[in-house]
Amino acid sequence: MADHHRVYGPETDPAGDSGYGPDHPPRKGFFTDTSICIGCKACEVACKQWNDVPDDGFDLLGMSYDNTGALGASTWRHVAFIEQPSGGGPPEYPPGRAGTGFAGLPVGSAERGSAAGGRPPGSAGPGSVVDLGMPGSGPPGAASRAGGARGAEPPEGQFRWLMSSDVCKHCTHAGCLDVCPTGALFRTEFGTVVVQQDICNGCGYCVSGCPYGVIQRREGDGRAWKCTLCYDRLKDGLEPACAHACPTKSIQFGDLDELRERAAARVEQLHEQGVTEARLYGADPDDGVGGNGAFFLLLDEPEVYGFPPDPVVPTRDIRRMWTFAGLAAAALTAVAAAVFGGEG
Amino acid sequence: MSRRSDGNRAQPREQGDYRPSAAGIGDAVERRGPGGGQLGPLVRADGSREQAMVPAAEFRSYYGRQILKTPAWEDKIAYYFFAGGLSGGSALLAAGADLTGRPALRRGARVGGLAALAAGTYFLIADLGRPERFHHMLRVAKPTSPMSMGTWMLAGYGPAIGLAAAAELVPKRWQGTVPGRLVRALARPAGLAAAALAPGVASYGAVLLSQTAVPAWNAGHEEMPFIFTASSAASAGGLGMIVAPVSEAAPARRLATYGAVVELAASQRLERRVGVVGEVYSAGPAARYLQRASTLTAAGVLGSVLLGRRSRIAAAASGLALLAGGLFERLGLLHAGIQSTEDPKYVVEPQRQRIAEHGPSRAR
Repeated sequence: MADHHRVYGPETDPAGDSGYGPDHPPRKGFFTDTSICIGCKACEVACKQWNDVPDDGFDLLGMSYDNTGALGASTWRHVAFIEQPSGGGPPEYPPGRAGTGFAGLPVGSAERGSAAGGRPPGSAGPGSVVDLGMPGSGPPGAASRAGGARGAEPPEGQFRWLMSSDVCKHCTHAGCLDVCPTGALFRTEFGTVVVQQDICNGCGYCVSGCPYGVIQRREGDGRAWKCTLCYDRLKDGLEPACAHACPTKSIQFGDLDELRERAAARVEQLHEQGVTEARLYGADPDDGVGGNGAFFLLLDEPEVYGFPPDPVVPTRDIRRMWTFAGLAAAALTAVAAAVFGGEG
Repeated sequence: MSRRSDGNRAQPREQGDYRPSAAGIGDAVERRGPGGGQLGPLVRADGSREQAMVPAAEFRSYYGRQILKTPAWEDKIAYYFFAGGLSGGSALLAAGADLTGRPALRRGARVGGLAALAAGTYFLIADLGRPERFHHMLRVAKPTSPMSMGTWMLAGYGPAIGLAAAAELVPKRWQGTVPGRLVRALARPAGLAAAALAPGVASYGAVLLSQTAVPAWNAGHEEMPFIFTASSAASAGGLGMIVAPVSEAAPARRLATYGAVVELAASQRLERRVGVVGEVYSAGPAARYLQRASTLTAAGVLGSVLLGRRSRIAAAASGLALLAGGLFERLGLLHAGIQSTEDPKYVVEPQRQRIAEHGPSRAR
C-alpha cells in the first residue's frame, strides 16, 4: 500500500514489482488482430487440447456462428462472431479493395446473404466484391421465414462479419490477483497472471474482481480457472498453443513492448487503407487497468465484442473504500459508547 | 462501415449495430430500446421483471450477453455477513454491558456473539468451492484483498469473543478451579479486545463487496459500510432486546434505533445516487428482500420504541423483527449485486457515461 503505483497507475515492470530479479524475462503477451481473424476457432481447440481443459457442453446458442458464448472456467479462448449490416447504398469496398485481402474486412457474399435472407438474388449492391467463400448466414431452408418481416434488415443483404478471439487480458493491475486471499493467483516472471490450482480454495473473489468477466469457478471442481498464457510452454521457450495454432496470425505472441509497436503500426496501416474504425483495445499502459498483457485490434466499439468499454481495476479505489469503512466503523464505535450513557 | 471515415463515430447507431440480417438468428439483439431489457436475463425464474425507472438508454453489447461473470457467492455469504455483523454488534453491546454493570445483557450478548460467529464461520467456509482448503486463507496477509484482511481480523476477533463467551459458560462447579478463574479473569480484557475489533468485523464486508467489478457493489462503496455497520447495530440491538430483561435493555433499544435509522437512510441514498445501476434495487429478488428488510426493520424499531420498555414479549418480538430485517438487508444487497452483473447494460451504460463526461479512465 505504501507504493500506490502497485495497485493503480503507471507500472512498467509488473514482474519486477512482484519481486522477480532484474534478470527476469521481458513481459510477454498477445496482440490479437481481429481484422484478420477468420473465426476458425483453432485457438479454442488448441487451448483445450494443450491445457487439457474439460468439455463445457455443446450448446447451440442460436445467435451466430459463435456457440461458445463467453470465456469461462473451461473456455480460455473464445471466438466472438458478430454479424452486422455493413450499410447499403454506395459501395463500401470498391473493386480496388478486393486485392488487399485481409487488410480489408471479411465481407459476406451478398448473393449468399440474400439467399439466406429471402431476398431476390441479383439485387445485391455493387459493394459485395470480396467473397471469402464462407457459407451463407442462415440455416438451410430459412429463406421462407425471413421475408421482409424485419424492417431493419440491411439493404441489399450487405453485412460484415466481425470475428475476435477473446482471452484473459493478463492485466498490469489485475483485479483477480489483487483480491485473491490465498495467494493462489500470482504474477509470473513473464508478467502474466496464473492460478495455482493446488492453492485455490474456491473463495470466488477473483470471479467478481475481474472487470472483464474472464475468470470463473468451475462447476464440480470448485476452483477458479482461466488462461495461463500457457505458462508451461513459456517456461520451455514455446509460444502459447492458441497463437501457435492461429492460421492467420491474428493471435500474435511476443514481448509486450514489441507487440504494442506492431499493433500501432497495424492500426496506422489500416487507417491509411480506409479502415478508420480500427482501434486498439487494452494497449494503453495508462488505462484503468494499466494496460493489458493481451490486447486487441478491434473494428467496432469494445462492447460490440463483449468487452467493457472502460474497464477499471476495482483496487483503484481501495483507499477510498477503506476510508468509508473506517468512518462507518468509527461511527458504530461512537454510537455503541453513547448508548450506554443516559438513563435506563 | 462507411468509407467516409470521419463520419464513422458519428454515424447513427443503426449503422454499426448488430441486427439479424437473416432468418434463423433470434431476437437476441444487442440493442435494447425502452423495456428491451426485459427480454434479457432480468426476467427472473419467478417471472418477475425489472421495472425500468427511466427509459432505457440505447447501448450496444455482444448479443445482449452479460459481460461480467455472475458472482460465485450464494445466499450463504449473505448469511455470513449477517451473522458476522450480528456478532460484531453484540461484542460492542457486551463490552458496554460489562462496563456498566448489566450482567444479563452482557451474558446474552457475549454468548449470542459467539454463536453468531460460529454460524457465520460455517456459512463462510461452506460457500467456498473447496471448503477443506479454508485454511489456505492463512497462507498470506494481503492488504489489497479485503477478504484476506477480514480473515485476519476474524482470526483475532474469534478467540477474543470466544474467551469472553466461555467465561459466561463456565459451569458453577468449575468456577473455583484455576482454569475457571483464569477464564473469568480474562473475560473482560477479551471482551474489550473483541469490541475493539468488532467495528472492523462489522464493516469490512462492505469493502469486500465494493472492491469488485460488480456494478451495484462497486458503485455503492460510499454507503455500503454504513449499511453494514448500521445493520449490525440494529441486529445486535434486536438480540439484546431478546436476551436481556427490559430493565437492562435500554442501550440495546437505543443501538437498534440508531442502526435502523442509519440503515434506512443509507439505503435510500445508495439507491438514488448510483444512477442506472440503482434499478437493480427495485427489481427481482433484491427488491423483495430489501422491501422485507425495511418493513421488518421499521416494525422492529417501532415496536421497541413504543413497547420495548413495557413488555418483554413485545421487546423480544421487536428484536426478532430487527434480526430478520438485518438478514434480508444482506440478502438484498447480495442479490442487487448479482442482478447488476446479469445485464450488460449496467456495465456498458455507466462506463459510456463516464467516457462521455470525463473521457476514458486514465491513470494519474
